Amino acid sequence: MSDWSLWVMFLAVGIGTFVMRLSFVELYGRWRIPTLLSRALVYVPASVLAALVLPAVVYPHGQGEFAFDNPQIPAAIIAAWIAWKTRSTVLTLAVGMATLWGLKILAL
Amino acid sequence: MTYRTGREAFIHGIRTLIPLTPGVVPFGLITGVMAVEMGMSPAMSIGMTLLFYSGSAQLVALQLLQNGALPVTIVATALIINLRFIMYSASLAPYLHHLPRRWTWPVSYLLSDQSYALCSLKFSSGELGRFAPHFYAGTAFAMWLTWQLSVFAGVYLGASIPETWSLTFAVPLSFLALLVPSIRGSASLGAAVVGGLIAVFAVKLPYNLGLVTASIGGVIAGLLIESIRKKTLSSASVNNVGRESR
Repeated sequence: MSDWSLWVMFLAVGIGTFVMRLSFVELYGRWRIPTLLSRALVYVPASVLAALVLPAVVYPHGQGEFAFDNPQIPAAIIAAWIAWKTRSTVLTLAVGMATLWGLKILAL
Repeated sequence: MTYRTGREAFIHGIRTLIPLTPGVVPFGLITGVMAVEMGMSPAMSIGMTLLFYSGSAQLVALQLLQNGALPVTIVATALIINLRFIMYSASLAPYLHHLPRRWTWPVSYLLSDQSYALCSLKFSSGELGRFAPHFYAGTAFAMWLTWQLSVFAGVYLGASIPETWSLTFAVPLSFLALLVPSIRGSASLGAAVVGGLIAVFAVKLPYNLGLVTASIGGVIAGLLIESIRKKTLSSASVNNVGRESR
């Protein structure tokens, strides 16, 4: 992709995100958020994040090639457990990466 | 705590944010490293960071760029992830809307998960007094500076990290670190399970449409579980009332 189209894309996301951040601060008193929308928005983070994590873990080589000797799966399970127990980003990243490196060294 | 001056409130806002920085810096570093590994110039990586000012959307956009997704898909996905800001905006608006535009526009740009989390309860309890917007601006500015500096550091570290470290795995790991705390009950768990599974099975859909399909499927699953639980709860309480009155 050319630098130009990248800049256009970044600008589109930047403006769109700014409009969402400003939305109700600007429109206060003139527009109310529909109930169904505010209920639905609660589930957006869990749904989108899971949809990002699972394929990236299951298919280490990209598009849809499942591999049985994939050390990312046990590493991700252990990292998820650490995230659940500690709620710490730093520990989740450190333990997940260390597990992946450990498994790769063992497999060599 | 009520403040005597706006300056005092602003500085206390900065101080309140500092304990959150250890969770932010690693994300920023990874974002910077990923941008450079994608072949972006430092200027472009920093421009992207300033325009987005949203770590999860930026990491997602980088990953989709790597997968060769269409620009429209990338923009749509990044904006879907940022839909939560509408919610934040709605809940902070009663305390910020009276300010002049030269303040509402910059403080809206600075809105983040962290300063929302720090301010929403304090705003509604009224404990901050009349300098509440200054306190918010302090947390928001400190968060923005932390984020920009850590991405900047990542951009300059990036080039020196060897590929054998498999650092690309840090991206799903950092999403995992955001995902786990966002699961607060059976409905959000259902949303995550359904969203994740659809994404795995729909991975071969063209233009990364699998991600959008999976996200919508997950949200619908969450809403369904929520309404089923509400029904069983209300019918259970009706039965209890019936029993007690007998």
